[in-house]
Amino acid sequence: MAETTLKDIGGHSAQPNDLSGFVSDWSSDQRTFKNVPWGKAMMWIFLLSDTFIFSCFLLSYMTVRMSTTVAWPYPSEVFALSFGGDPIPLILIAIMTFILITSSGTMVLAVNFGYRKDRKKTALLLIVTALFGASFVGMQAFEWTKLIVEEGVRPWTNPMGAPQFGSVFFMVTGFHGFHVSVGVLFLILMARKVWRGDYDTGKRGFFTSRKGKYEDVETMGLYWHFVDLVWVFIFAFFYLW
Amino acid sequence: MADANTHVEGQQHPLGVYIKIWAWLFVLSACSYAVDYFHVESYLRWTLILLFMFLKAGLIVAVFMHMMWERIALLYAIMLPPAAVLVFVAIMVFESDNTFGLRKTFFSVFTGS
Repeated sequence: MAETTLKDIGGHSAQPNDLSGFVSDWSSDQRTFKNVPWGKAMMWIFLLSDTFIFSCFLLSYMTVRMSTTVAWPYPSEVFALSFGGDPIPLILIAIMTFILITSSGTMVLAVNFGYRKDRKKTALLLIVTALFGASFVGMQAFEWTKLIVEEGVRPWTNPMGAPQFGSVFFMVTGFHGFHVSVGVLFLILMARKVWRGDYDTGKRGFFTSRKGKYEDVETMGLYWHFVDLVWVFIFAFFYLW
Repeated sequence: MADANTHVEGQQHPLGVYIKIWAWLFVLSACSYAVDYFHVESYLRWTLILLFMFLKAGLIVAVFMHMMWERIALLYAIMLPPAAVLVFVAIMVFESDNTFGLRKTFFSVFTGS
C-alpha cells in the first residue's frame, strides 16, 4: 500500500481544481497530493529546495556585482571563441544551451514512451539524453580549462576586472555542472533498468528494494528538466546580463 | 484543467504538444542569443533577456514538467514558496546599493584617488 498512488479519490474526485479545490486537498482529512506518485511529490519538494539553493547563488552574484566599484568583465567577450576567423561572442555557451534543450526534448520523449511501456525506445532515449548531458559537461570542462589556463581566471582574481567574477563563475557553473553530472549517472542507471525490463517485471531495486514503475522515468525527467531550467536562469543572468 | 482528475496512467499526452514546445524553446533560445549577438543595450536588453527567460522557464515547467496538468494543490505548494526569493532580492538590492555607496565614499579616502 505504501508504494501505491492514491488514484481512486472516491467521492472526492468532484472537487473543483480551483482555490476551493486547493483548500479541500490541503484539509486535514485529505491526502494532499492526489494522483501523484510519492516519488514524484518528493522530487518536486527536493527541486523546490534546490531552487532556493540556486536562488541564493544567483542572489549572491547580484549582490557582489551591484556592490563592486570595479568594472565587471564583459561575458560576451570573455566567452567568445574563435574558429580561425573573428571571435564569435558567447558561441560555446549558445551551443551548450541548445544541447541542454535538445536533451530536454529527448527526455520528455523518453517519459512519453515510458508511459506507453515501449521499453526499447524509452531506454534508447534515456541514453541519448545522457549523451547530450555528458557532452554538455565536456564543453563545460573545456570552458573551465580555457578560462583557468589561458585567461588566468581564479576564484580570487582575474585579468578582466572585478575579482568576484571568478568565484561566482566557478561556484554557479560548477554547482550546475555537478547537477548535470549526477543526472547523467542516474540516466544511465535508469536506462539499464528500463532496458532490462525491471519496470515490466516489477524487479526490486538494489538500493531501495522497491518495485519500480514507469512513473519513475517521469520523476527522473523532472530532475533533468530542472537542470535545464536552472541553466535558463544562469544563461540569462550570468552570461547575457 | 478539466482532465486533471482523469489521468489514470500518469501523465500521458500527445507527442505533438512536446514537439511544438521543443521547437519554441529553440526559437526562444535563439532569440536570447540574438540579444547578445546584435549588441542590444541597456533597458531593452534587460527587458528582452527577462522576457525570453521567463517564457522559456514557463514552457519548461508548464509542459515538460507537466505542471499545467497537475492538481492545483501541488502547483501552489511548489510555485508559491519561490516568490519569497523576490523579497530576498529586494532586500539585497538595498544592501548592495548601501555597500556600493560606502565603497565609493571610503575607498577614495583611503587610497587618495
